[in-house]
Amino acid sequence: MLAGLFLAWHVLTHPSLIPPFYFDDPHKAAFFFGQPLEVLARVWAWFSSGTIYAHLWVTLVETVLAFLLGTVGGLAVGLWLALSPTAAALLDPYIKAVNSMPRVILAPIFGVWFGLGMASKVALGVTLVFFIVFFNVYQGVREVSHTVLANARMLGASERQLLRSVYIPSATSWVFASLHNSVGLAFVGAVVGEYLGSSEGVGYLILQAEGTFDINSVFAGILVLTAFALVLDWIVTVAERRLMVWQPRSGETERI
Amino acid sequence: MLVAAPALALDHISVTFVAGGAARYTAIRDATLTVQPGEFVSVVGPTGCGKSTLLNVAAGLLAPSAGAVRVNGEPLRGLNGRAGYLFQTEALMPWRTALDNVTVGLEFRGVPRAEAVARAQGWLARVGLRGHGHRYPHQLSGGMRKRVALAQTLILDPQIILMDEPFSALDIQTRQLMENELLELWSVDRKSVVFITHDLEEAISLSDRVVVLSAGPESHPIGEFGIDLPRPRDVAEIRLTPRFIELHSRIWQAMKVEVLKGYEQQKNQ
Repeated sequence: MLAGLFLAWHVLTHPSLIPPFYFDDPHKAAFFFGQPLEVLARVWAWFSSGTIYAHLWVTLVETVLAFLLGTVGGLAVGLWLALSPTAAALLDPYIKAVNSMPRVILAPIFGVWFGLGMASKVALGVTLVFFIVFFNVYQGVREVSHTVLANARMLGASERQLLRSVYIPSATSWVFASLHNSVGLAFVGAVVGEYLGSSEGVGYLILQAEGTFDINSVFAGILVLTAFALVLDWIVTVAERRLMVWQPRSGETERI
Repeated sequence: MLVAAPALALDHISVTFVAGGAARYTAIRDATLTVQPGEFVSVVGPTGCGKSTLLNVAAGLLAPSAGAVRVNGEPLRGLNGRAGYLFQTEALMPWRTALDNVTVGLEFRGVPRAEAVARAQGWLARVGLRGHGHRYPHQLSGGMRKRVALAQTLILDPQIILMDEPFSALDIQTRQLMENELLELWSVDRKSVVFITHDLEEAISLSDRVVVLSAGPESHPIGEFGIDLPRPRDVAEIRLTPRFIELHSRIWQAMKVEVLKGYEQQKNQ
């Protein structure tokens, strides 16, 4: 199917293969939609010359930092609010307000606060990741099985031990449920941040190409980003399999 | 002569729940129950009569609205540290293996890991789960999970065991096996047991004494019956003896009215 798509793209945008049916100039289709061979050549040139690695590295570091900081923050605040009803009642309206705000508009402000380097992109990613993790942990802690809790208490757990042996493992499973989302959003934060103002990163590459109407490079950038996102997602899946062995997978059977 | 204090004494316990606004629900009114050291007491009653509530009070998980709980003659404050609790529903930590579930109580008490594991392996073997320690709860059958829960509770050597319909979710064969195993484990060091069930046959075949609760709300004990069946018992065989049938019909006479009452109430809800 992928090959078919590329073929259709190639045929429809090549200046001489079919007579123009929409654009009056046969080169216009290629100008607006790029050409797959050119795009692949651009990707190949980026990787063979090595210029892309520095940009990918920057985007990767931004994504990972945003993801880690957002997750740790969301986990900590989620646990705190779920276990302290007073704090939750006090902060609830603010959290709702901040969460319903479109976070992308914060990017220029972060640019002013943290400069045009990595910090502003990480900050944007953190604001996106934090709320996903926070809401999941908050929900997760409040839905900890009462029986498991009561059982741990009867087995002699102190409050601190309850937190470590019941609340945190239980909340972790909810964090993992949101992991695919939060890695994706950390990535979105990094790229959008770069796109809005930066001097390096894949988002910056795309922005540069757009500035010179180099549509093939724009598509090449999108292609690289998509592949990159798929790799990140795959890493998350592997990590999930490793760490969540205790959870039954649907349809799984095992001999006992 | 000095008489040993009962292991567990519930003294004129009442439990009233606040159900929003002025609504109140009195689950238990004026219930008194004593359990002697080494005694196996079953509490039977119709569904929804507050049996579990009574057990939660004995465990210290729930503070009674009125009355007092005494453990070995001492008034109970907070959780009942002398008691182990076997819950009706799943209480194992799903993120821990069977072995780690059994060691968790020792972990809370700061027992070194190596010693805890060695003791837990011993207990897993005693409940018939040798070699299953590495499995997670979802990889075990319902009966095996109950065995893990039993080991998890018994490894802490509680003086009193509180059991809330622990076998009600199991099929009848597994259940009778578990009941026999429970009696065998219990006969080794005779702890005090409070066993909650709605199954009168289960109650009689296991216990030294059966207490019948009235239908809720305002549930309270309406009768106590000593079970003089010889031990050791086989729960499947003892059900066929004439003495069992006689006891069963006597207790059932007392229970019948309450069961019908409870059934009517549920129908009208």
